[in-house]
Amino acid sequence: MSKNNNFKATWTYADAPESTDHIQIKKQYELFIDGRFVKPIKGKYFDTINPSNQEKIASVAEATSEDVDVAVKAANKAFKSWSKLSGKERGKYIYRIARLIQERAREFAVIETLDGGKPIRESRDIDIPLAANHFFYYAGWADKLEYAFPNRKPKPIGVAGQIIPWNFPLLMAAWKIAPALATGNTVVLKPAETTPLTALKLAEIIKESGLPKGVVNIITGAGETGASIVNHPNVDKIAFTGSTGVGKFIQKAIAGTSKKVTLELGGKGANIIFEDAAIDQAVEGIVNAIFFNQGHVCCAGSRLFVQESVANLVIEKLKRRLETLIIGNPLDKNTDIGAINSTKQLKTINKYIKIGLDEGCEIYQPECNLPKNGNWCPPTLFLNVSQSHRIVQEEIFGPVLTVQTFRTIDEVIEKANNTPYGLSAGVWTQKGAKIFNLTQKLKAGIIWANTFNKFDPASPFGGYKESGFGREGGLHGLKSYVKFDD
Amino acid sequence: MSRLDINKTYKLYIGGKFPRTESGRYYAVNNSKGDLIANMCMSSRKDFRNAVVVARKAQSSWESVTALNKGQILYRIAEMLEGRKAQFVAELIAQGETKASAEKEVDLSIDRLVYYAGWSDKYQQVFSAVNPVASAHFNFSSLEPTGVIAMMAPENQGLLGLVSIVAPAIVGGNTVIILASESKPLTSISFAEVLHSSDVPAGVVNILTGNSEELYSHMASHMDVNAVVYCGKNQSIITEINELASNNLKRTIFYKKNDWTDNSCESPYFIEKTQEVKTTWHPTKV
Repeated sequence: MSKNNNFKATWTYADAPESTDHIQIKKQYELFIDGRFVKPIKGKYFDTINPSNQEKIASVAEATSEDVDVAVKAANKAFKSWSKLSGKERGKYIYRIARLIQERAREFAVIETLDGGKPIRESRDIDIPLAANHFFYYAGWADKLEYAFPNRKPKPIGVAGQIIPWNFPLLMAAWKIAPALATGNTVVLKPAETTPLTALKLAEIIKESGLPKGVVNIITGAGETGASIVNHPNVDKIAFTGSTGVGKFIQKAIAGTSKKVTLELGGKGANIIFEDAAIDQAVEGIVNAIFFNQGHVCCAGSRLFVQESVANLVIEKLKRRLETLIIGNPLDKNTDIGAINSTKQLKTINKYIKIGLDEGCEIYQPECNLPKNGNWCPPTLFLNVSQSHRIVQEEIFGPVLTVQTFRTIDEVIEKANNTPYGLSAGVWTQKGAKIFNLTQKLKAGIIWANTFNKFDPASPFGGYKESGFGREGGLHGLKSYVKFDD
Repeated sequence: MSRLDINKTYKLYIGGKFPRTESGRYYAVNNSKGDLIANMCMSSRKDFRNAVVVARKAQSSWESVTALNKGQILYRIAEMLEGRKAQFVAELIAQGETKASAEKEVDLSIDRLVYYAGWSDKYQQVFSAVNPVASAHFNFSSLEPTGVIAMMAPENQGLLGLVSIVAPAIVGGNTVIILASESKPLTSISFAEVLHSSDVPAGVVNILTGNSEELYSHMASHMDVNAVVYCGKNQSIITEINELASNNLKRTIFYKKNDWTDNSCESPYFIEKTQEVKTTWHPTKV
């Protein structure tokens, strides 16, 4: 197919950047421990970088095992009174946090985009509202927990050590903190080293909310800091979202302890398009499944399966759609695809693109003018791939989609399930029975039928198999933060 | 006039068949006087691996058996066991139980099967949810079986312990490979005969006898096993099971109970432990 640039040639968009005037970012951020911002004991700091231009945004404290110890002790001390507070009162603090996020939503959205590179449209319309809603949702559970577990008495576990990734920084903090507080636990949370700012802004809000000191501690650092949290003897529960490799390491590290754990890990989601799907909607769904948040989504639909009879049509429409995607300044409200989160991640993505080419797969990337500075990757399709290719088997965590075709339902179920992962899958067809046939047989924790990448506080999220265990969100997300007598 | 008893040969139960261990090894089970009751198969890693293959093969079709039907099959197991009570009581007595405790154990095992038979079409209703999402979608969460589960049965109560962990797993659509109590193994293989005559499809329950210290690491490390259940208190074994399970993120479940007779040993939460939550989204706007 010839390059189709008519759309871009005919319609150019005026810049529509979101203003950064109203946001407050400090030059240097400290650790939030026991209700105060404190300097790290070893005095080390690291830079957080804007991935769209490689400019430094701020210095951030690096917590060492000594700081982790102080934070865990603070959380442990706070647990005694926090866990005894009535559910009603706990809930009211959480409602306050939800409201404070809503009030400063625009500021959060801009900082999320500056620090992480995601399009402002996504941080404004998805990340930040969902984060506030998550607190709002779990606030209401705090005084109703006995209704969630029939015939059982739930109790808080203790100190929750929570380690979150860089793809949805504030949202993941909300997913972790809100249910932990609602159930009466205290928290030591570590955001990812490339995206610490919104979690630290959240710490400011938590301080303003009057939440008792030590109930939530937010400390920054990289993998070593995370390992110190995992291995701290007074941490009673680990909640981790990140790669399957690190998840396995954590399960192993706590093998001899009584720590409870939930792991939200990688994925290689199948997105299945049948010949009787609404094709134009399906093409939009394919784009949303893999290019949402630059493909930095554990539940991304990174393996496309198209029924053979419509494969040419779907692929042609998909290519044309890719031509119209706007890649560039994440702060621009027109931008569809922002910056790759870090130089390290860009290297990983490029490594896989090279592997795909070396394996003989056919690549398609639309022509686009990528900005000079920063980390960028055009939306990428790999055609003529098969199950055995590494780019089909391994999680890339970038805007790279593999495209396979199939003939029968049984064949596509077999192929879709033939992966160690089991986080998400999508099915596109106008036939109701076919939807439920597929959604029952696909081995994954979240199935989207005629939609993709939808999230909600009331909707449990989590995987089968090597995508981890435990659920976050909804009624089922409470279970990860309670224990029972028997 | 005296008559020589016919002693039973105890074999394994794999894929609906009763093979001997491929290893040819055995161990002797004696009564309290030191007389031989039976030579049990000392199962090998290979026996376990064979059982995983048939359990995997059986899993998806067992999962798709209707809840009603699964309930009836569990009830059928109870019926068959009820009819053979005397045999099970005799085996438990031979292994050292008093008559009263043997009778209690068999009665409780039968009742526990009936208990879980009744849950087959109800646990889903207790643990599922329709989730009121803030967009135009119909969103619901329901339970699906974790898959193939490797189990090590409680050592103390050879029949009741085994029934108490197998019944909730299979009523939830999982298939299992269970290593029986090493010291009290007789009833496990007789229970296999009960299963065999109860419409339980081949491969759904596979029963091995042998030594858990030899087999636990293979059970915890097999890459086609989704969860491992260990009933015991040996902390170093628990640690190692967790470590090995991390290779494919197996779910690990540990029961430290000595006594499986009381009511806290049966609840739908035993079913829930070997279930995964699946959430499905569908647009409602046309």
